[in-house]
Amino acid sequence: MKNILVIGRHPQILETVVRLINSQPDMKAIGALSDDEAKKVFGEQTFDLVLIGGGVEEKSEAGLKVFFEKINPRIKIIKHYGGGSGLLFNEITEAIYATKK
Amino acid sequence: MNRIDFIKKALATTGAVSINALSTKPEARPALPIAQIGFNHLPLENNTTMNTVLHKAATRGHANHGWLDTNHTFSFAHYYDPTRTHFGQLRVLNDDFVDGGMGFGTHPHDNMEIISIPLLGDLEHKDSMGNAAVIQQNDVQIMSAGTGIYHSEYNKNKDSKVNFLQIWVFPKERNITPRYDQITFKPEDRVNKLQQIVSPSKTDDGVWINQDAWFHLGNLTKDFTTEYSIKQKGNGVYAFIINGDVTINNQKLNKRDGVGIWNTERISIHANSEAEILLMDVPMN
Repeated sequence: MKNILVIGRHPQILETVVRLINSQPDMKAIGALSDDEAKKVFGEQTFDLVLIGGGVEEKSEAGLKVFFEKINPRIKIIKHYGGGSGLLFNEITEAIYATKK
Repeated sequence: MNRIDFIKKALATTGAVSINALSTKPEARPALPIAQIGFNHLPLENNTTMNTVLHKAATRGHANHGWLDTNHTFSFAHYYDPTRTHFGQLRVLNDDFVDGGMGFGTHPHDNMEIISIPLLGDLEHKDSMGNAAVIQQNDVQIMSAGTGIYHSEYNKNKDSKVNFLQIWVFPKERNITPRYDQITFKPEDRVNKLQQIVSPSKTDDGVWINQDAWFHLGNLTKDFTTEYSIKQKGNGVYAFIINGDVTINNQKLNKRDGVGIWNTERISIHANSEAEILLMDVPMN
């Protein structure tokens, strides 16, 4: 089972992305709308991947990366594009199976 | 004479291969590049020569969902090939055939420039910004998903298919306000000409894109020859043959083939038959 943290500012898109990921038998997603919420969840659970999506400001994104990598230096963090019809699982597959340098 | 001596003697007379190459102890030599194509079709760092990547139509990912028959030039949905995930900032090139009355229900996007080019039939679009429109042949539609939008696309007609190209380009600037635009182009303005349909300048021809990208369509008559100059240093061009047979930089291409070219300033185009082409000039990094 791959645990995925999804962060985005758009509640409906976040909900859709989480639902799409949870429809896969080998993936489990949790969504976070705010940076504080994301940091709290990341501190409590172990994740294989973090998806950062629409509306997350560059400053927030940079701060979150620093925070996550401090807790787990090998965590994979990628951008997602809203889950619309096709890219989501490609991006997840590529991130999970690529070796982090 | 044993076998090694026989081969050494034979090769020595041709000059084709160094005799040392047959020594039992290999001579140390610098490694030679085996290909000029970088990972994910991006240029290698020190490579200043022209590079190309060829995608024949039959090698595209294919999926038939009944109502949707689709071909993916790059990895998409259940088609995943790590060597075909994008060409520079061009991420998706789908060739979709949708049955009458069917389509893509409401779904979200963010931070992606989405261009739709109908080739046949009428495509109905609705989005969360309140836009509702029908686009057809000679129209080009663009949507900047920016901070996030929902939209749907349906075949307007119940009794005939719609065929359209769905193209996604990574944005230059993330989290912009979502936007939508469409323009109807005159087909006569692309006969033996390259008609600009997408541009990063709001005052230039074509729909505006949030990326340093330029798209052109051309309807070429047999034996017409032209050149295309890449618009910006660091860009490459991906040529997609909508119909007909074309030679681009000595590469023969047929219907629905694609070729990506970078590290060059211009490409040559020759129509071997009546042909329709789409050129997508995009940043490689």
